[in-house]
Amino acid sequence: MEALSSFPLELTGPEVPMVRFMNVRKTYGDFVVLDNLNLDIAPGEMVTVIGPSGSGKTTVLRMLMTLETINGGVIYVDGKPLTHMPKNGVLVPADAKYLRKARSSIGMCFQHFNLFPHMTALENCMEGPVQVLGLSRREAKERAEELLSMVGMIEKKDQHPARLSGGQQQRVAIARALAMRPKVMLFDEVTSALDPEVIGEVTNVIQDLVTKHNLTMLMVTHQMGFARDISDRICFFYGGKIEEQDTPEELFANPKSKRTQQFLSAVKAAD
Amino acid sequence: MTYISFLSDYGGRFVDGMLVTALQFLCSLALATVLALVFGLMLLSSNAAVKGAAVVYVEFFRGTSLLVQLFWLFFVLPLFGITLEPFFTGFLAVGLNIGAYGAQLVQGAIKSVPRGQWEAAYALSMSPAKRMRRIIIPQALVIMLPAWGNLVIELLKSTALVALIAVPDLMFEAKQLNSSTYLSTWTFGTALVIYYIFARFLVTPTMRSLEHVMARRMGRS
Repeated sequence: MEALSSFPLELTGPEVPMVRFMNVRKTYGDFVVLDNLNLDIAPGEMVTVIGPSGSGKTTVLRMLMTLETINGGVIYVDGKPLTHMPKNGVLVPADAKYLRKARSSIGMCFQHFNLFPHMTALENCMEGPVQVLGLSRREAKERAEELLSMVGMIEKKDQHPARLSGGQQQRVAIARALAMRPKVMLFDEVTSALDPEVIGEVTNVIQDLVTKHNLTMLMVTHQMGFARDISDRICFFYGGKIEEQDTPEELFANPKSKRTQQFLSAVKAAD
Repeated sequence: MTYISFLSDYGGRFVDGMLVTALQFLCSLALATVLALVFGLMLLSSNAAVKGAAVVYVEFFRGTSLLVQLFWLFFVLPLFGITLEPFFTGFLAVGLNIGAYGAQLVQGAIKSVPRGQWEAAYALSMSPAKRMRRIIIPQALVIMLPAWGNLVIELLKSTALVALIAVPDLMFEAKQLNSSTYLSTWTFGTALVIYYIFARFLVTPTMRSLEHVMARRMGRS
């Protein structure tokens, strides 16, 4: 494994990526989930990760949210190390306090929404801003209401999650993550747990984010059509590695790797 | 002597005993609740010493008899120079004992809050303390409330043991009346009914309404 001293304390230069995975390795015991992952995401870029199950795609997102610790390499966000912190001129694994601050620039939406059931939609969106960012309740309410309007959920702001459909819950979850004003948004199979007829309401919200806001986004999805429509780049993961990455037009029309071809034709056959 | 005249003669004694029982109940409930929360959280600690202290507490008070614990506090501690008031000793023993059961309830309930909730709070950069207080504990309360209701009734019934260290509670008064009147059926029958009314018409409805309040807070009613 590479020594941490060989990693820069921060990224400099004319084109600093918003996210950089640098030689990142993730293992569970002897099982290697991701091996030597190198991936840059430019500011404002929308990158989608696709691949067969077990290829490590969700792990990529969870590592970036620091929900998983990494076993090698360094992840940088906005030029600064995320998983590590500088100490006496070298990088060392980040402590809890550093991680808490560092990950505040990242927002995440989950497959099963994970809204707080004891809070209304509005309270869900106010919780982070009030408790973590220290906004006043009035400011947080304004911000939450603005975001709930944006995702089309303002009419249901006083409802608890138990009273909302899956699609509505996911839209609130997107608003909740955005209320923290993240630089990077992560979407982990956000439509996988939804009934087919409500998938559109969630994908429309994400599409809106892509066109109207300059957010950097990383998404894992099984919806190839959606991925093709909104992504700047698609990464196909296989066996813990990026097998192929390209623009959606190129990757879907002319996949170069045999595994990508097999995966895409299997997905097409299932549709 | 009819039961009516028995009650008019000795009803006051039962009321006095009932008040002491109610006080014992409230004091031991408050103590047990605090202990359950503190030790329940300690059981979840990643620090071995903190967790170890909680395990010892739970194992000791759950694994030995409440009556022995009560006698130990009342009769053995004075040998080490620590003499406690009977009333205080009573609710201390009951609170410590039920608190140990409660700690396990708290631990179990916290652990059964879905993992996604921990992760969502983590993704909002909440500190561990805030996450516990704002997100996890409110949901754990809802999970453990039905089992907690049973424990509260158990606690109420356990307070009858304090009569054995001369705390003048309901059971103590019934015993005294029995030895002076020999009307065992009426004295203990009355005590039995009062305990039942206390549990069935005060504790149970209170717990039920708490469950309703919690369900409403979760948007489920």
